[in-house]
Amino acid sequence: MSYVQDRLRRTMMFVPGNNPAMIKDAGIYGADSIMLDLEDSVSLPEKDAARLLVYEAIKTVDFGNSEVVVRVNGQDTPYYDEDVKAVVKAGVDVIRLPKTESAAMVQKLVNDVEAAEAEYGIEKGSIGVMAAIESAKGVMHAMEIAEATSLMMGLAVSGEDYTSDMHTKRYPDGQELLFARNMVLQAARAADVYAFDTVFSNMNDAEGFYRETNYIHELGFDGKSLVNPRQIEMVNSVFNPSQADIEEAFNVQNAIAEARAKGSGVISMNGKMVDKPIVAKASRVLATAKASHLIDEEGNYLGK
Amino acid sequence: MEIKTTGVAGTLESSDIQVMLSKGDNGIEINLDSEVKKLYGDQIEAVIKTTLTSFGLTDAKVKAVDKGALDCVIKARTLAAAQRATKTTDKPALEVL
Repeated sequence: MSYVQDRLRRTMMFVPGNNPAMIKDAGIYGADSIMLDLEDSVSLPEKDAARLLVYEAIKTVDFGNSEVVVRVNGQDTPYYDEDVKAVVKAGVDVIRLPKTESAAMVQKLVNDVEAAEAEYGIEKGSIGVMAAIESAKGVMHAMEIAEATSLMMGLAVSGEDYTSDMHTKRYPDGQELLFARNMVLQAARAADVYAFDTVFSNMNDAEGFYRETNYIHELGFDGKSLVNPRQIEMVNSVFNPSQADIEEAFNVQNAIAEARAKGSGVISMNGKMVDKPIVAKASRVLATAKASHLIDEEGNYLGK
Repeated sequence: MEIKTTGVAGTLESSDIQVMLSKGDNGIEINLDSEVKKLYGDQIEAVIKTTLTSFGLTDAKVKAVDKGALDCVIKARTLAAAQRATKTTDKPALEVL
């Protein structure tokens, strides 16, 4: 395993770091990323045992094609240093820093990762980092956090802590997260890194889950954090391009090829001009379709 | 390495193993409770013994209750129990794993 900057990241599934049954099975659900958690889902007396379990799991458990992310404990806890060392030595793909509030915190993480890489003879830069934004301060500093390092994979909104910091709570309409979501997303896009939405934890409210997922997909998020493997298919169904989207994208590509063949600078399709953003969107649709196996190498539609 | 207190790690949940370590003076003595003892008992005990030996423990009484743990879980739980028993949890002995 090693860190790849660009890949499909629609689903990031949380797995409690001290639960062998859930860790063992995590790879079978087809999540784009698996996030083994050493932070909030592990009680204080179990921090040492969870760290050893996660270390050994990264080294031996088959997580399929999923990217492996570990959420370490915060920099203000006594567990952070050993967490970082252990997951670096184990060869994790990405380290997620909770409660990130400044670029300095990200730079400290990168320095600590590099020190551990040197100590264990691991190539420098083989592990990515991501920042969870969980407070008003973090949201206001989203831009500097996103730009703090070239190893930044992405930013994630963490709704529970943020709403508590804002003296509110989660509501079904998501108004309380409107500013945070947009700030984090804008910062991520401006810095060219990924953006992830917060978890939706009421498993009995499928309608609410779809409403929220459609909404964050519409805003432009790359993916969503999940707490249950059942949500993976649900997110993919929202994020995957439709057959019509894919056909449209191929038409754009064909129009480009045709214009090139004619030596024409201006590209038109069905009488409409095809400009750069449309080409970029088409490329993104086809890349997603290919990565999620909706089309084969020749571009034939395979369906869901 | 010396055992200073009784150390326990792991749970009784499925796919886990609970390992309890206490002072012994007759090598590593393992008392294993597992539904798959007939098939995998020797293997489980070997993993526990190897982990404790490479951690530097030569004498210990081990009580293990296995709920179908994979080798990686057995190793991690045994080491966690050993570090708790020797009061060395602040320096994870990753080299043992």
